[in-house]
Amino acid sequence: MSSAPWWSSEELWRKTAFLVTALMFVILIFLTFDTLEQISAGSDRVPDYSVINKRISYNFDADRNFQVPVIGDAEPLFGKALSDEEAEALVTHGKKVIQGRNCMNCHTLLGNGAYFAPDLTKSWLDTSWGSAAAREDLMLMFLMDPETNARTFGTGRKMPDLGITEEEGRAVIAFLKWMAAIDTNGFPYNFKPIPQGGES
Amino acid sequence: MKPGLSEISNLSGGQQLALKYFLVAGVLFGAQLLFGLLAGIQYLHPEFLYGILDFSTNRMVHINAMVVWMLFGFIGCAYWLIEDESGIPVVGLRLGNLIFWVFTAAVAVVVVVYLFVQIGPGTDTTIWFINEGREYIEAPRWADIGIVVCVLVFFFNIAATALKGRTTGITGVLILDLIALAGLYLAGMVYFTNISIDQYWWWWVIHLWVEATWEVLVGCIMAWGLMTTLGARRKIVQTWLYIEVALMFGSGILGLGHHYFWIGTPEYWFSIGGFFSALEPIPLVAMVVHAIYDSGTHRFTNSNHPALGWLIAHAFGNFFGAGVWGFMHTLPQINLFTHGTQWTSSHGHLAFFGAYATINIAFFYLAAQKLRGNVWMAGGLAGNGWRWKGSLALLNIGVVGMTMALLISGYEQSFVERAIEGSGWAGYFAAQNHPWFIQGMVWRMVFGWITLAGYLLMVWDLLTIGVGDSRAAIQPGGGGGAVLEEPGSAPATA
Repeated sequence: MSSAPWWSSEELWRKTAFLVTALMFVILIFLTFDTLEQISAGSDRVPDYSVINKRISYNFDADRNFQVPVIGDAEPLFGKALSDEEAEALVTHGKKVIQGRNCMNCHTLLGNGAYFAPDLTKSWLDTSWGSAAAREDLMLMFLMDPETNARTFGTGRKMPDLGITEEEGRAVIAFLKWMAAIDTNGFPYNFKPIPQGGES
Repeated sequence: MKPGLSEISNLSGGQQLALKYFLVAGVLFGAQLLFGLLAGIQYLHPEFLYGILDFSTNRMVHINAMVVWMLFGFIGCAYWLIEDESGIPVVGLRLGNLIFWVFTAAVAVVVVVYLFVQIGPGTDTTIWFINEGREYIEAPRWADIGIVVCVLVFFFNIAATALKGRTTGITGVLILDLIALAGLYLAGMVYFTNISIDQYWWWWVIHLWVEATWEVLVGCIMAWGLMTTLGARRKIVQTWLYIEVALMFGSGILGLGHHYFWIGTPEYWFSIGGFFSALEPIPLVAMVVHAIYDSGTHRFTNSNHPALGWLIAHAFGNFFGAGVWGFMHTLPQINLFTHGTQWTSSHGHLAFFGAYATINIAFFYLAAQKLRGNVWMAGGLAGNGWRWKGSLALLNIGVVGMTMALLISGYEQSFVERAIEGSGWAGYFAAQNHPWFIQGMVWRMVFGWITLAGYLLMVWDLLTIGVGDSRAAIQPGGGGGAVLEEPGSAPATA
């Protein structure tokens, strides 16, 4: 009986498994450092929280061949400009409300979550709010009383009353506005944003 | 041992502990199906349990029960095989038993809070004590810490036993994998307001568990399972295990990048994630080859037909569910249209079942065999083994059917919502109202009920299989030729 060929050696594959795993993990660590720098708040890809004081548009970029967020002139949320610290605190509160109300088990955020309700990534820019001028108030009204203000689009699916207070609702809207300004590499695809005054 | 009698004394200390984990895993498997059915019904009848058990709660319990029952199953599998591998009793067994009760009690408290408190205000208190609100790892922070403590004790039991006794290739890989598995969970235990960073680390837990460390863990379990049921040679299965680890971590670690296409992360992840995740099916092909090669070499002569049946189901389920179904939408050019649609749930259903439910069920049958005094479980079972065969068929048909139904809904969603309507909310609802989408949801429910029937039959079978049978199990690899024997014939002996 001939001996097993070298390439089927248990020892060879044991070492290979170890080396490959170590190599891939080291590469991942390097990429993680680079990525975290590129997606920190205030970077080109992920805006600072004070972006909620500005107009956010979503325009086609011919070079990248997909839509990208564009930060425009002053357009404070609920008409009140916030300092950097105030803006971060408000967006933070909004994120915690979204986590505490378990939004992710009906909705998706950045496309991740459940599929029972629409994606929230660009909800700030969605045409369903009718007009950009009325959007903030409509969003707040909906969040505080989703049953009465439900728009089920014929599906019969209604968001339950989650007991969201006015303060919490404003925070959630701040978070959604900030999230809409994240550069998501063109996701969701072919999105048609709400018309905002002065835009073509 | 008393053949045919269910006596806990038939099991060693480690096996008794494993059996406890299997029992809880089995109950949570039922909970997963129950809450999945409730959530599925709500797609068709949104008013069902509205305001009482909303979709978000049902879906959360559905996916959390799944994660925890699989984890409990894996822990049970490790306790089951470690004494056999190391040749000594579990080191620190008393502590392991204590931690089992702590872990189970913690899971029960988390579920009770999920069901009866459900949500909380936007404060740190909610994150710590009610619900963290992040898919798959919703467990509040106190439970996160508890999970880490429990897993560390489990790791101590396994590592100390393996190192004190005989250390094999299987236990060596198992120990290193468990270190990674426990360490990765820490990445999900920090709060970030920045959702891009939040989801970056969140995927470290989800992806590097499910598509890396869990896969290697089941590779270890599979290797031992093939040696046990078939009598496969250690040198062969361990060499395969190393190849699979090299391929799995070689593709899966950077395959993580397929979750970094759309969360704010840089565009270089398109290339890295697309390329490496496209390679991820390769180790899964290797696992199929491995299982079928070993089975063929031993002419399917094995000591436990239901267990081997489920191991084979695992090999194919893992390849199709995790491999093929993942590959179908892993490239960014396709994923742009499928991300966040029912495509993902189609993939998720087949992958979790095919890769992980199957191998745990295989070990449930190994445990049932030993519990009844290492009885005969080859060919010639009572009723020709119709219950295990029927449950295997129903569970697989049910899950594959749900997978296909969800895929059709996902196709329709990608097409109507994304390609035509332009991804806004109006497009989302247009797709949800489309008859093709609704048909998919109806068929998902039909196959969901079939899955439940398969589960109930499996439970019945596990409670009864081998009871009263006085024949001893055949020794794997002993040339008993079990599959060739007529029902009721005398068992082969080694």
